[in-house]
Amino acid sequence: MMTTATPPSPAAETSPKRHMDIRIETRSRTGDEPATRPAPVIQMEDVSCWYGDFRAIRDISLDIRTNAITALIGPSGCGKSTLLRAINRMNDLVPGARLTGKVLYHGEDLYGPRVDAVEVRRRIGMVFQKPNPFPKSIYDNVAFGPRVNGVRGDMDELVESSLRRAALWDEVKDKLKQSGMALSGGQQQRLCIARAIAVEPDVILMDEPCSALDPRATLQIEELMIELKENYTIIIVTHNMQQAARASEETVFLTMGEERAGFMVEKGPTSEIFTNPKNQLTEDYVSGRFG
Amino acid sequence: MTSSAVAAQVRRASLQRTGVDVRSAVFQGLLALCLLFSLTVLVVLLVDVLLRGLPVFAARGADFLTSEVVSQPDRAGVVQGIQGSVLVVLIVAVTAIPIGLMTAIYLEEYAPDNRLTRFISVNIRNLAGVPSIVYGLLGLALFVGTFRGLGIGTGGNGRIVLAGGLTMATLVLPIMIITASEALRAVPNAIREAGYGVGASKWQVTRKLVLPSAVPGILTGVVLSLSRALGETAPLILAGAVLGSYSSGDKDFVEQLFGAYTALPMVIFGWTKESAPEFRELAAAGIIVLLAVTLLANAVAVYFRNRFERSW
Repeated sequence: MMTTATPPSPAAETSPKRHMDIRIETRSRTGDEPATRPAPVIQMEDVSCWYGDFRAIRDISLDIRTNAITALIGPSGCGKSTLLRAINRMNDLVPGARLTGKVLYHGEDLYGPRVDAVEVRRRIGMVFQKPNPFPKSIYDNVAFGPRVNGVRGDMDELVESSLRRAALWDEVKDKLKQSGMALSGGQQQRLCIARAIAVEPDVILMDEPCSALDPRATLQIEELMIELKENYTIIIVTHNMQQAARASEETVFLTMGEERAGFMVEKGPTSEIFTNPKNQLTEDYVSGRFG
Repeated sequence: MTSSAVAAQVRRASLQRTGVDVRSAVFQGLLALCLLFSLTVLVVLLVDVLLRGLPVFAARGADFLTSEVVSQPDRAGVVQGIQGSVLVVLIVAVTAIPIGLMTAIYLEEYAPDNRLTRFISVNIRNLAGVPSIVYGLLGLALFVGTFRGLGIGTGGNGRIVLAGGLTMATLVLPIMIITASEALRAVPNAIREAGYGVGASKWQVTRKLVLPSAVPGILTGVVLSLSRALGETAPLILAGAVLGSYSSGDKDFVEQLFGAYTALPMVIFGWTKESAPEFRELAAAGIIVLLAVTLLANAVAVYFRNRFERSW
């Protein structure tokens, strides 16, 4: 039920029509795929995460397709963010968090004894739910990552190319010295994407990157994601079904079982998850009967 | 009139103001009264001090600032008090502020959140509430005692400005730790996560993101610490500051650090105990000097705080 307080979203108004568009669009997209796919960048094997005694996700095994957008969907509290943050060892920062199973990055176990979590986060970038630019200038926001990683060379050029790839350059090129906090929400989020790109990761994790943005800024971010997947592997957590359907090639549906531990119900090409899911739980969720 | 028009009229009428909200007005008056009371006390004190003290400056001018604390009221000044207070503040600034800041960084950013850490944090808060005379006793036993053992000071008595400054540093250390901790805690976690997300190490996140964001709050701690160090009297009484007149003669900086000392509040306190009425005026003039020095120290810290706030 929709409450009067919620502004009507354009997605909701055009829902049935939109659904058909998606079907056509995603089908044509899967048709273009090359016959041989590159090896998955990220592979998870029996991953479980705990916060203290609480098991947040249970026995998840999945491969993430390279140079594609994978959407993680599921009800609130099912462990989507936990799963995402397990990939760049962000959960290490939470006291009491631990993980069992394996998270492989190009075949290397990210939780291996000799792996440096700081280096992991450089290779696997992250964009957060709320735009969180540093309280610094636009330029310094982008240059921060390369600087702390000891990158030498033409910083101006790196800042420009990162902002260009994040589709923000034209809007900010005359005010690089201004604070990143002074930008609009959508611009801030693209600045955060530019900041993530600047350290040249090959995987970008996005944790509900559009939940704080208006529909227009949301679309801009989605278009940007589709451009970026040429060079990056993107994993996005989203609560927005339309967004998952519009932007992603692969969809992973998680839900939670007894004891509130999240588990993976189904993973597949987005078109299949949305039109012909194998599992009844997925069907109920994507059609809006649950969650 | 139709029934809907009547309903509309009733609703319009309900918007009209009906009488005064007495409770709200009384509460607001009470708040204003409290403010007035605090201001009155302050103004009365200030006016009283200025009325008594300004004639001294009018008669003596800068001579009052450069004369030693001697027993003749027409020749007595506060120069040793100023020197002593400035030295005490400097010692506090180079000891308590860095140690306090680093303790706060450790407790907030590095220490695991366990029972021991919480126990320590709670007890630092308790230390901030310990009466200052207790710190004086600590300073007497620890610092004055140590320097006496080393044979430093006039006749090896250990009553030197270094002992007083270090005593004051232990006194303000908890205040510094608490305010710096709060400043660090106020830095949103999103900033830390963003830093880690681009591959920054803990040190880089702390040094380049957390500390710059916390600088205004940390400087508030510095202001509080330095003001406290300037104003406290009781610990210095025990930690060997000279009460009453003495002559320090010509001494260089090192000799001052290891020699007899006094401080502005001590000088003022000493004068208020004198029986001759002229000393009341001198005490008031001394208070004006102390206020000026305190305001100056605070102004410097506030200047830096504003500068850092503007930079982002």
